[in-house]
Amino acid sequence: MIELRNLAVRFDGTEAVRGVSLEIGTEEWVMLIGPNGAGKTSVLRALCGLLPFAGEARLDGHDVKELGRRELARLIAFVPQNPVTPPELTVAEYVLLGRTPHLGYLATEAQGDRQAAARALERLDLLPFAERGLGSLSGGELQRAVLARALAQEARVLLLDEPTTSLDLGRQQQVLELVDSLRADGLTVVSTMHDLTLAGQYADRLVLLDRGAIVAEGGPNEVLSAANLATYYGASVRIVSDGDGLFVLPTRA
Amino acid sequence: MAVDSVRRTEAIVRARGVSRPWRLLSAAFLAGALLVGLGVGPVGIGAWGIVESALSHLPFVHVHSPLSALQEAVLWQIRAPRVMLAALVGGMLAIAGSAYQGVFHNPLADPYLLGVAAGSGLGATLAIAYGHVDRSGQLLPLAAFVGGLTAVAFTYVLGRSAGVARAAGALVLAGVTVTLFLSAIQTFVQQQHSNTLRDVYAWLLGGFSTAGWKQVAVAAPYVGVSSLALVLHRRVLDVLSVGDEEASSLGVNVPRLRLLLVIAATAGTAAAVSVSGLIAFVGIIVPHTIRLLVSTSYRAVVPLSLVVGAGFLVLADVLARTVISPAELPIGVVTAFFGAPFFAIVLRTARSVR
Repeated sequence: MIELRNLAVRFDGTEAVRGVSLEIGTEEWVMLIGPNGAGKTSVLRALCGLLPFAGEARLDGHDVKELGRRELARLIAFVPQNPVTPPELTVAEYVLLGRTPHLGYLATEAQGDRQAAARALERLDLLPFAERGLGSLSGGELQRAVLARALAQEARVLLLDEPTTSLDLGRQQQVLELVDSLRADGLTVVSTMHDLTLAGQYADRLVLLDRGAIVAEGGPNEVLSAANLATYYGASVRIVSDGDGLFVLPTRA
Repeated sequence: MAVDSVRRTEAIVRARGVSRPWRLLSAAFLAGALLVGLGVGPVGIGAWGIVESALSHLPFVHVHSPLSALQEAVLWQIRAPRVMLAALVGGMLAIAGSAYQGVFHNPLADPYLLGVAAGSGLGATLAIAYGHVDRSGQLLPLAAFVGGLTAVAFTYVLGRSAGVARAAGALVLAGVTVTLFLSAIQTFVQQQHSNTLRDVYAWLLGGFSTAGWKQVAVAAPYVGVSSLALVLHRRVLDVLSVGDEEASSLGVNVPRLRLLLVIAATAGTAAAVSVSGLIAFVGIIVPHTIRLLVSTSYRAVVPLSLVVGAGFLVLADVLARTVISPAELPIGVVTAFFGAPFFAIVLRTARSVR
């Protein structure tokens, strides 16, 4: 579904991302992990056309650089870490904004667009909130509204930048379960993630980035080693693994 | 998922536009304002007389005007062009203000933000000082129009060359720079030609005392085209409310859209300013009143600003010409007198109006 070859992103002369090559299959969930400034977000932003990049990126066989903005937005939906959610907009209005790439430039939404938005709201259990203002939602509800807008986009790839920031542990798990279940509808997911234990539990594959380059890739057992985390995060951790999976526990050296 | 549940819910999944009551109410406000504007003055004319006289001028309608020849002349040669011009200018300033507020994510943006006012002020001052044009002259609107557009073009070039043309903030700062610079030149020229002070000052305060059908014909095409363009972009303005980056990830070409909306709003504003001088506050009061009363969605704010702005300025002009009749108050004084207190209220209640 996604093919990256030698992806590189430069900011004012410094390379934020260099030589990133990745292949991501349909319905796969790949999480990008790495210390602050490793280039995780830049990879996502390059992929959805928000940052110019060198190298090659293909989505469903299409060269990203040759796709128009609207075509790209129909293939790929991006949820930033801190989405702007105007408090006066209703949930329904906000989710309808996701239909923008499917609408003619000056057109307004047709019945099909409202149905797509209604499906997205239903999928995320937001129908009772449809007419509420975004400003009246709790953090977890708001994050679901943001996901609903991305779903209404009916793209094939979903990019999530830190989808669980500012949520409590229970809401984090709910959001991640939700994203996991969306894959059954044919969605491919690429996300960044701070919480390594959660990353290990939900991702099919982890990609560890450091200073813009991939330094480890694979399942949680391969990537989340104490040695890797010490080298790249400068963190002192103990990795505990049992029948339920793998846990990254910080220790005080 | 059940198909009919989606069908049922599709009914609630819609964007609030202008609801029917608000449509009727705003239309009634404009119609009432026009009748008041046409009827009030030293020569009183009743509402029914205005309607009948208007009908008598239509082809194929056989109604006799009940008005005297004097009333007819006052109505159609003096008041009608003045009321029309006030409506065009008020509608234009309000709709341009609403668009600027959306484009720049700034609730305090007004149509003069990018330097139109200072540019046309300088153009008018130069015309009066060096071209010896008087206030009712033909050249004054042209000089003001050219000055306004040139100033905004400067602002745009400066904003772009700041290298951060994508950010709305750079453009706003460039607008402030250009405004201050041009105002300095304007003040200098004005001081050099102190005999022109009175004319320049009168122009700057704005007004419709010299309005005629000619000015209406000058302003109408610009106001028509640019307000049509802005009304058509009302949904896209809502998309911009999630910020440049997310709008861009939804497939919107934000820099191009911003340029287009700025051009539309500026051309209309420059035309309005050129025939009426600088009229403060309309571009801020009217859109914010609509946000507070009706909806914050640009689907409502943009079209209603046009209609309500037109009615508002017609009424303001009625006050301007009646309060100290037979003399006239500059209309800018009237709008600011009502605008400033209102603005204070908006500031107190504005949450984050985008």
